[in-house]
Amino acid sequence: MAVSYYDVAVVGGGLVGVATAWGLAREGCRVVVLDEGDRAVRASRGNFALVWVQSKGLGLPEYAGWTIRSSNAWGGFAQTLKEETGLDVSFQRSGGFHLALSERELEARANILKRLHNQPGIVDYKTEIMDRGQVAKMLPDIGPEVVGGSFCPLDGHVNSLRLFRTLHTAIKARGVTYLPSHRVETITKDGGEFRLATEKGEIRAAKVALAAGNANMRLAPMVGLEAPMKPERGQIVVTERLRPFLNHPVVTLRQTDEGTVMIGDSKEESVDPAGLTLGVSATEAERAVRLFPLLANVNVVRTWSAIRVMTQDGFPIYDESETHPGAFTVCCHSGVTLAANHALTVAPMIARGALDTSLVAPFSARRFHVQAAG
Amino acid sequence: MNASDLASSYDLVVIGGGPAGLAAAALAARAGLATVLFDENPGVGGQIYRAITFSPVKDRAVLGEDYWAGAELAAEAQASGALIVNGATVWSLDPARLVGVSIAGQARLIEASRVIIATGSLERPFPIPGWTLPGVMSAGGAQTALKAQGLVPNGKTVLAGGGPLLWLLAAQILRAGGRLDAILDTTPRGNWLRALAHLPDFVLSPYFSKGLKLLREVRAKVRVIRVDRLEAVGGERLREVVFGTADGERRMPADLLLLHQGVVPNVNLAIAAGLAHTWNERQLCFEPVVDRDFNSSVPGISVAGDGAGIAGGTAAAERGRIAAIAAVRALKPEASVPDVQIVRQKLRREAMGRAFLDGLNRPAASFRQPTGDTIVCRCEEVTAKQVRDTADLGCEGPNQMKAFLRCGMGPCQGRLCGLTVTELIAAQRGTTPAEVGYYRLRPPVKPITLSELASLPIAEAERKAVER
Amino acid sequence: MYKRLAEAGTPVAITVDGKPISARAGDTVAAALIAAGIDHCRTTPVSGAPRAPYCLMGVCFECLVTVDGVGSRQGCLMPVRDGMTVETQTGKREAGR
Repeated sequence: MAVSYYDVAVVGGGLVGVATAWGLAREGCRVVVLDEGDRAVRASRGNFALVWVQSKGLGLPEYAGWTIRSSNAWGGFAQTLKEETGLDVSFQRSGGFHLALSERELEARANILKRLHNQPGIVDYKTEIMDRGQVAKMLPDIGPEVVGGSFCPLDGHVNSLRLFRTLHTAIKARGVTYLPSHRVETITKDGGEFRLATEKGEIRAAKVALAAGNANMRLAPMVGLEAPMKPERGQIVVTERLRPFLNHPVVTLRQTDEGTVMIGDSKEESVDPAGLTLGVSATEAERAVRLFPLLANVNVVRTWSAIRVMTQDGFPIYDESETHPGAFTVCCHSGVTLAANHALTVAPMIARGALDTSLVAPFSARRFHVQAAG
Repeated sequence: MNASDLASSYDLVVIGGGPAGLAAAALAARAGLATVLFDENPGVGGQIYRAITFSPVKDRAVLGEDYWAGAELAAEAQASGALIVNGATVWSLDPARLVGVSIAGQARLIEASRVIIATGSLERPFPIPGWTLPGVMSAGGAQTALKAQGLVPNGKTVLAGGGPLLWLLAAQILRAGGRLDAILDTTPRGNWLRALAHLPDFVLSPYFSKGLKLLREVRAKVRVIRVDRLEAVGGERLREVVFGTADGERRMPADLLLLHQGVVPNVNLAIAAGLAHTWNERQLCFEPVVDRDFNSSVPGISVAGDGAGIAGGTAAAERGRIAAIAAVRALKPEASVPDVQIVRQKLRREAMGRAFLDGLNRPAASFRQPTGDTIVCRCEEVTAKQVRDTADLGCEGPNQMKAFLRCGMGPCQGRLCGLTVTELIAAQRGTTPAEVGYYRLRPPVKPITLSELASLPIAEAERKAVER
Repeated sequence: MYKRLAEAGTPVAITVDGKPISARAGDTVAAALIAAGIDHCRTTPVSGAPRAPYCLMGVCFECLVTVDGVGSRQGCLMPVRDGMTVETQTGKREAGR
């Protein structure tokens, strides 16, 4: 390999990694992205593509503010990517729904929102509970069992697979080196530089950004960081392309700009990404048909399952190592929603070599020790 | 037959009613296994014996005696006591041998002690410029229309490609009084050298005299032109075929262009079921890893027939019998079955000459690895250039490619683009198809409706995984 | 493009986009379309390009048509039935049909 020394090595070629890499390249850093091969676990390929605000932050109110910051930045982020690559990731901030199929579900939903809003220091979410009639005005095709739901005007979605392609195209144009099949085995710090041993040789960099999703659990301790994770499996059902019928994404069901309908949001403890639980797909399908009966005869063309990147408390982890200065963690669920933050806020901090604690202090993994002590 | 009429479990589920499936079901049922055979077509026979029980082509000379030999297989299976269900689409199979099947819009999950996958082959993708135009069809499609509906081409017809089926179809069209204006032979001349080492074996095989006779029969009546480039041209439909010959580019007006460059295993169900697969460099395709009894890497699931690697229809039946004998031995050791050694001997005889044919008919790289704006994925309309450019971005395999370009994400689930995408990535990145691998596939391997999926049994824990 | 070999065979009455065509017992929907000389059976949901049946064996999904009001049926796997209504598809399927 001709060049093997970089300003920053980003470990992980998922959405978090490439968004961070793009942001670093914009700051003028010489960046390498180390990724695994074609059949890697690839948690971030399995996302649902929502840029989602409602219900974020119960238990950590600062997470709501962080999410809204990214949601607000998303339009500009998408525009910049389009200017750089010519590719449109189809970001739509149309406002999104959480729908209830029973009074019990609606009540549970209202309760969560109430608890969320009652937290001290929470930003205003603008989420409202709607009855069936109000929902039907915006989603005319809902089924008779839909009793109502919550609506947040800040919610939206993108075409997440195109976002991948766009970010990969953009980092290539900015001179980022992308190295697939470079699973990082060990990271050591020698003098002023990090040495990352991969299956295809050693990479050296002044800084390291760990954006490897659930694998951060393995990698973080090598550089004096920690990333306690709790991976879980989610399954998605995808239909054939349909003419547009749904103007707002629902947290469990959305129509992509290409016309397909994605149905999902299951949680299982399994960490086998190859497996698929048919009964879970069946439940998703059954609820989809109850939400929108006009989907009953629509063909399912694909299903998939993927492992969610999930920290133990569900909130992001951003840290800089005390023992290994220059090593950072960028680790979270919701890599689509937070992509704008990672590209536009976190990457510049890493480029400068210091996290801005006024923004990300609440997301340090040190919180796990506080809780453990408490 | 409705899905609700099925039992909840069977000793043996056979998937596919071609020669392998029919022979397997017949043998297993006669030995006393509770056997069901699912086939999605209106009748049994698979592709080779398509419509064997109801073909309107009454003149036996048209389709030939090799075709009519399938009648006996079908009759045996029907008399064996096996339950044969047509119009039954198997869309899921898992390593625990739970079979998802739909009949007339109703889905069921059926348990099986053993499963024999006999999903046969499909035609290798033939991605030339314009191959999505109406008026361009696969040769196999034309043959199906002849066998099942007695339809023969009567417009300006060009047959292009290579491989035994191409010549057989040409002969059948001519015997039936159909129109065939030209055959464009895409087989590289150099293939003779590749095949030569296997010539003695071929000369002794039944393919030799049959093949020569067929070639003579066709060449006597139709122009055969060797081509190294091929393009279907038209606006809303095919207008002409443009091709490159030793004497330069030529054009031929055409209403119908029939394409064929060999067959490859239909692996979608086997891959989705988690069976290990391997790249076959001689036949340029992926095939399941099987042992001599055609057991796959997943216990209780075997793959018989061309689905286990291309060997032809007669071999498929013998392979089905061997797989069925293994199933009977596993479930009902006391039952009497034919001597497997005799079946293996027949199978060995069938294998003679295959290596020669594979070498002779190996499609040229230029017809497997297209360039430019030629569509690779017909469903999502992804071009060769897009795949090649994305490989250059650092995309190493078909699963990444799928995420980037949506190739393989349409309703055909990669059946018409999978091998092309694998080969293009390998070519572009200077590696091998074996290294690149194939699409990861999951059920449903054939589309089912949301309400069919919704009707499946749901355990409490599965419901709770979604309703929170 | 195609002619029928045996003109015998029981006629089956179906309509395609409202027009009656004469199919035969033993036809699939896709074969009946081909026999009737119907040029294409759908336009794609991606670019709107016209497509016609290609493989006739259930693998290519080019012969998707609306049958008796239900969209995206594989025409090559469905036997014709008296009174069947077939509609060619334009672009993306409409949910609910």
